[in-house]
Parts: sequence; C-alpha cells; structure tokens
Amino acid sequence: MTTQVADPGRVPDAPLVAPGDNGGLHNVFRQRYLLRLLVRKELQARYQGSVLGLLWSYVLPLVRFLAYFLVIGFIFNMTRGMTNFAIHIFTGLVMVHYFTETFSSGTRSIVKNKGLVRKMSLPREMFPVAAMLVSAYHTIPQLVILVVGVALTGWSPEPLDFAAGLLGFSIIAVFGMGLALIFSAANVFFKDFQNIVQTFTIFVTWSVPMIYPYDRIADLFEGTWVEQAYLANPIANGVILFQQLFWVPTVGPDAEYPAVMPDHLFTRGLIVLAACLVLLAVAQWIFTRLEGKFAERL
Amino acid sequence: MTESIVVQDVSKRFTMQYTRTIKEMSIAALRRQPLKDTFLAVNDVSFTAHQGESIGLMGLNGSGKSTLLKLISGVMKPDTGKVLTRGRIAGLIAAGAGFHHQLTGRENVFLNAAILGMSEAETKRKFDQIVDFADVGKFLDTPVGHYSSGMSARLGFAVAAFAESDIFLADEVLAVGDRPFKKKCMARMQEIKAEGRTLFYVSHSPGSVRKMCDRALVLEKGVLAFDGPVAEGIRFLKYDTDNEDDETIADDEIGADI
Repeated sequence: MTTQVADPGRVPDAPLVAPGDNGGLHNVFRQRYLLRLLVRKELQARYQGSVLGLLWSYVLPLVRFLAYFLVIGFIFNMTRGMTNFAIHIFTGLVMVHYFTETFSSGTRSIVKNKGLVRKMSLPREMFPVAAMLVSAYHTIPQLVILVVGVALTGWSPEPLDFAAGLLGFSIIAVFGMGLALIFSAANVFFKDFQNIVQTFTIFVTWSVPMIYPYDRIADLFEGTWVEQAYLANPIANGVILFQQLFWVPTVGPDAEYPAVMPDHLFTRGLIVLAACLVLLAVAQWIFTRLEGKFAERL
Repeated sequence: MTESIVVQDVSKRFTMQYTRTIKEMSIAALRRQPLKDTFLAVNDVSFTAHQGESIGLMGLNGSGKSTLLKLISGVMKPDTGKVLTRGRIAGLIAAGAGFHHQLTGRENVFLNAAILGMSEAETKRKFDQIVDFADVGKFLDTPVGHYSSGMSARLGFAVAAFAESDIFLADEVLAVGDRPFKKKCMARMQEIKAEGRTLFYVSHSPGSVRKMCDRALVLEKGVLAFDGPVAEGIRFLKYDTDNEDDETIADDEIGADI
C-alpha cells in the first residue's frame, strides 16, 4: 500500500468537524451571497412561464381588497360607521398577505428544493428564510400603493407611529418565519401540512381587525377573556400596530367615527414580539432535530 | 500525516414506509402486512483517510456506497457513530449535482458554486474554465431541466472539479458520460489528486480505480468488507475473474486506456 504523503502546503488549516454541521439561522445570514442567489432564483421561479409574471402578486391582493371593500363596505354598510375604511382594509391586507405568503411558500420551500437538499450540504434554513424574504420583497410595491393612498387622504403620523409600524412588521416576520421553519420540516414527512397551512390562512383573514374595526371586538367582548385571547394573536397585533402607523393618523381626533385601538399597544406588542422570538428559537430546535432525515425522506 | 476523513463506527438505518395514507395504513393493518420496514444501509463502518490519499470505493449496486458518500459530504447524518472531515468538500453524489431544473446552466453554475463556498468573484474567475470543461455549448442559457443526463452530469462535475476543496467526492461520474468526457474526467481527477486533495472515488470500473487510487474500500451490504491495496480489493470483489463478461472488459479498457 503506497499511501501518498500530503504536501504540507495542501493540508487544510481547519479542524476536524462533523460535515454538514452548518445549519442554524445565524449561518444563513453569514452566507449572504448564497442567500441572495436563492432569493433571486425564487423571484424568477415563482411566476415563470406566466405572461403577467410578477404582476400576479398584486392581482391577488387587489382582488381580495376589492371584494372586501365592496361586499363588507357597501353591502354590509361598513363604510358608514368608519372613517377611511378602504385604508383600514388595505393596511390589514398588506400584513395578512405578507404573513400568509411567508407561511405557505415557506412551508413548501424544502420540498420544492429537494434537488438541492438531497445532494448538497448547505444550511437548510436557507429555503424558508429565502421564502420569507421573497414575500417581504413583494410587499414593497403594496406599501408604495398604501403610502400614496394615505398621503391622498391626509396622513400625519407621529414619530412613535413609525415605531408601531416597525414593531408590527417585525412581529409578522418573526411569527411567519417561526411557523414556516416548523412546517417546512414537517412537510417533508407528511405533505398534509401544506394543506393544513392553506386551511389556516383562510382563518387568518377573519381573526384580525381588517374587514371589521377593532371597535366591534371591544363592543362585544370588552374586559373579557375573549378580548385578551383575540389580542394574544400575533397577526392581530401586527395588523393593529401597522394600522397605528397608516390608518389611525388618517382618521384624526375630530373625525365623526374616531379610531378605536386597544390600550397598551406597545407593551403588548413587545411582549408578543418576545413570545414570537421564543417560538422562533423552538422552531429552530425542532427544525434541527428533523433536518437529519430530510435527505432520505425526500 | 493529517487525518482528512475519520469515520468511526458509523451506521445508517433507513426506514421504508410502505403506506403513506390512513386508508393504506388501515388496509395494511387489516391484512396484517407490515406498515414499514427498516434496513441498515451502512453497518458499523470505520476507517480513516489521510490528506492526499485517494480511495476507491467499490461494491455492488445497493451496497451503501452513495449513502456513505452522503454521510461524508454531510447531506445525511449517521444514526450512530461519527463522521469527521477537515476542510472544504466538493463533489458529485449519485452521478449528478444538486441542480435547479428551472434555472439555466449558467445560473446553476453560480448557485452550485456558492453552495460549495465560492464567492461571486471566485466563480466569475473560474467560470470560463468550468464552461469549457462541461462543454454544454449553446445550452448554457437553457434551463437545466432540458439537459440530457450526460450534459447535466458534465456541468455538475465541472463545477465541483474547479471549486476550491480539500476533499473531492466523485460518485459514478463515469457512469453517464460519453467516452471523450470520461477521459477528460479522469485527467481532471488526476490533477485533483496531484494537488494533494483527498479523493474519494466510487466506480464499478476496476481499471479506473487501479489508475486513480492507492487504496480500496469494498462495501458489501453496508459492511466494510475490505480495506487495503487496490489490486487485492479488485480481486476481493472478483471483478477481475469475470473475463468472459464483455462488459467487464469494456469497463476495464475505459480505465486502462487513459
């Protein structure tokens, strides 16, 4: 047996480590170049072979917006009891759409990229994270439309309102990311999970003050546990905080129907964000435990 | 000598699930059929490879070669035992790279290179070399989904072969390529070997293993049945006695005439 002796210049200056032990969200953000390529790929692939292409990500929210605005606003006569109902809906819709997109495309992301997952060693968290970033990218034009809309209706936000909006956005992003991590891993084992997600996203629309004002919840359940349960929902918090930035400043204090918001907005928001961060940590733990079997189950 | 790959008492068990839906599960349960079965794909394998060694991994189909390679590359984790590697790993597993079928060849080169740890500048610097080697011609800007299996294997090999790595895994690269490409692959792997990288080469062709490797491992149903000099390994597998078999001769020649 003639064993070659390694050229000393060739010996890698690295320790012996377990290969593929590169997972974890922190490693995803250390490999930003790869993440950028995956996001770009995802942006291209999502609407490949369709004539309207990227426009589709505006058609869906637009149709939903029109449906809610016309049916709830006029048939249920909600425009009568509220100031700037259209902005109220659209603000909620931007957040709800961001959440459902992150959640559902994140859940499918590992299975969809099985070609890579089965053969290459990279942090698998890359795929749900890329799905979340792509969804965030798609909300940008919606935000532009929203800003134009509120500017036309007289928007004068306080600096603190911007903090509320940012907090709301962070809650949605962290919550969506946590769920996407868990469900993307679970979806490898049972495809039922992507259907569960679809069912869940229908529910989301009704669980946040979007097509009805928070007013209604306060009227019905003020001071009861139902109100607290309603306000424990991270998506509802995200929507309410976002409305604090975009909808409340357009209403103004002298409006015929002033904006009703729950109390302790920031305290509750920060607590919910902390809870979502805990969820994210748990999600990472679950993901790491399931990840070892991805390659053989895909 | 520096240890490059350490595999210690490694086992990997696969679960075969026969039934996926509740309906199938209940029917199987009623008929008293097994719901699932497990088998040991890799059974208590241990060996150490030193930096610069080139190892030929041989064995029949289904003997666990690709699984062992996946464990070394980090795509899979062992159930028991441990796998340790030093430095960057590049290579091909199961005769193909992880490609994205919707992306073009060019985009896949960048994506694959990034996964192998190459920066954008590094990839651009080596891009012409890679494309030259893969020789996919005008298909470079066609989605990889439209490639023939040979073409996509060529592109995959090219990216891995020009990536900066300390360990190079080559799993049946020659199985899909045509004759000129096989020659090119062998030449490139000789270069990789000469650069002092650790080479892990899976092949059914004893000739090419003889040319390329200075140590052979033989897997038999997941068990490491042989670890030693190449000539003995080939004898162990009885690949050299089947001389009336035309295919074996053809295989052997491919390796020998390079």
